Amino acid sequence: MGLLSEVSLIVVKYFETHTGDYDMPHLWIRFLPTTLAIAALALVAAGASADKHGATAAMLTDTCVACHGSAGSSTGPAIPSLATLSPNYLVGAMLAYKYTGDEAGLEKALAALEARDAKDLHKRYGVVAEDMLVFERYSTIMSRIAKGYTDEEILMMGPVFSEVDIKRATQAYDSDKAAVGKRLHKEFCEKCHEDEGRLTEDDTGMLAGQWMPYLSAVMEDYREGRRGMPKKMKSKLRDMRKEHGDAGVEALIHYYGSINN
Amino acid sequence: MNITRNITRRNFIKASGGAAAVVGATGLGVPGLALGASKKVVVVGGGAGGAIVAKYIKAADRDIDVVLIEKNRHYYTCFMSNEVLGGARQLKSLKYGYQGLHNRGVRVVHAEATAVDPRKKTVTAGGETHSYDRLVLSPGIDFRWGAIENYDEKASQVMPHAYKAGEQTALLGRELVNMKDGGVVVMACPANPFRCPPGPYERASQIAAFLKRHKPKSKIVILDAKSKFSKQGLFTQAWKKLYGDMIEWHSAEKGGAVVSVNPKAMTVSTEFDDFKADVANIIPPQHAGRIAHVAGVVDDSGWCPVHYDSFESKIHPGIHVVGDASIASVMPKSGYAANSEAKVCAAAVVSMLRGEKPGAPSYVNTCYSIAAPGYGFSVAAVYRLAADKGAIEKVSGGLTPMDAPDWVLERETLYAYSWYKNIVADMFT
Repeated sequence: MGLLSEVSLIVVKYFETHTGDYDMPHLWIRFLPTTLAIAALALVAAGASADKHGATAAMLTDTCVACHGSAGSSTGPAIPSLATLSPNYLVGAMLAYKYTGDEAGLEKALAALEARDAKDLHKRYGVVAEDMLVFERYSTIMSRIAKGYTDEEILMMGPVFSEVDIKRATQAYDSDKAAVGKRLHKEFCEKCHEDEGRLTEDDTGMLAGQWMPYLSAVMEDYREGRRGMPKKMKSKLRDMRKEHGDAGVEALIHYYGSINN
Repeated sequence: MNITRNITRRNFIKASGGAAAVVGATGLGVPGLALGASKKVVVVGGGAGGAIVAKYIKAADRDIDVVLIEKNRHYYTCFMSNEVLGGARQLKSLKYGYQGLHNRGVRVVHAEATAVDPRKKTVTAGGETHSYDRLVLSPGIDFRWGAIENYDEKASQVMPHAYKAGEQTALLGRELVNMKDGGVVVMACPANPFRCPPGPYERASQIAAFLKRHKPKSKIVILDAKSKFSKQGLFTQAWKKLYGDMIEWHSAEKGGAVVSVNPKAMTVSTEFDDFKADVANIIPPQHAGRIAHVAGVVDDSGWCPVHYDSFESKIHPGIHVVGDASIASVMPKSGYAANSEAKVCAAAVVSMLRGEKPGAPSYVNTCYSIAAPGYGFSVAAVYRLAADKGAIEKVSGGLTPMDAPDWVLERETLYAYSWYKNIVADMFT
């Protein structure tokens, strides 16, 4: 029995009216799991193609690296590294970019994912659809690019960067701020962003050693309501900002930027 | 030929489940396996296309002997060279060497390729003859000297084109530094197709940034052989916002096309007018780099017709052409397009050497322009091969929106610098 056959797709749209810094109207879409299925990632032969007539995963992702860095490790200063990000994270991000401004399209795409055989989906692409979170994401250029791919191609690209080691660069950071950030991370973030923000296996973003200007842009997007996030994160971030303000956000960014291994 | 090693590698790839471990840098385009006699690929030209072809073929199959023939020991990227004129960057920041490709097992030969024999499958360079199973030409552009009357190589020492980066960039930079405040910079822009469609207009912006700061009474006059240009709305908006009326654009419709120059009198002439210049930047009409003509893979247009799934010449099988020199259907002549074409070509070459058909291609172009420090914008597109293989079609893409707020333009600038660092890392490391 496919895992998803006992799962119902729940689409929740809610437009919040709170006035807190990190509250925002956003589209929140989630597959609610009835089964906990966090399995090891499927290793997908990247040379293999899902579609006999289409480009291979390698052909598709080779075009990513000229901007996102060789093997998904960006040399900066701002385009994020993709290495180690989970298939769920990357596929979710790409779908969010692709369907920017097209909620109906996104719902349809996610329903189609749900309708597929979960085991097969996981085996081929490392994707666990029931755990996939798709949030609104602002982008300068990625939405223009993501629209160029079919959902199947996006799935194919999902696992390619996940098993690759990341090369973390040495960035210029303020060690006092990083020290504060380290404390704040432990208090507010570490519970989900484990191992100093290195852990990505549970589909979290990669924070450790991520490029600082990128992290700044993301935090700005959260604050301005251009990017969605899980409820739990929203409340943690709100608490953090209440106590530490913008300086707290900056300290966290310096902390993540300080990690180069 | 070490078959054992190959078999072992194949088993290893299966055992490890594939792929992810060798993504990107090691050219996943084709899984590594080569049986039979060692094959040899010669690549001519070590720029945005050639460096990538050489690297990705070698990474896909280390048993293929890859020779890269490049005249110069160092490569200056054309991309970002306009920032040297604006003053935000030094020329040496654009300089790269070939050690990284050498370390990857590419045999780098610094010599000028002077002859190609498509039937014997040989290339002559620096007195040596290199045989090949497949040849990839990535020669970039050459200028059509004389297409603008009196504009030849000698004239370019007075009126630089600065459209191949390096000494020409430095020369134009010096002329701008030495120009009086209140001087007139005259730029001539060619008709399509030509290298880097937004390049001349980014350049005008960067020169304006320099002049605004150091010689604010000066003017820039763009004489254009076109009646519209790349990212026109975005550039026009930026010029107005940043530089007032410093930049004046004369379209082809209004007689902008330059027909002749006089380097002694420092005049640039259209059919209707003579423009007196204090600094003249003449970007002349172009065609495929010289070796493509020598190899006989150029058609009447001056560029190289190719099959879009392999970039193999439609004129001479066994010879591939990528980058600016090729006619890549609707893809522009840009550094990123060359990078993308090169990856399609590399995968196809490896397949074809195994007696297989090229796989399905996928192409991307991403191109940033920086109109001033912190003022960047972009165009991007994803392309695919048309069903009948007769064209490359755009699937999606577009421009930075007009009227974008400052923070967007700042972000795009940072992403432009990242684009630059990552594409040169893709080429040279």
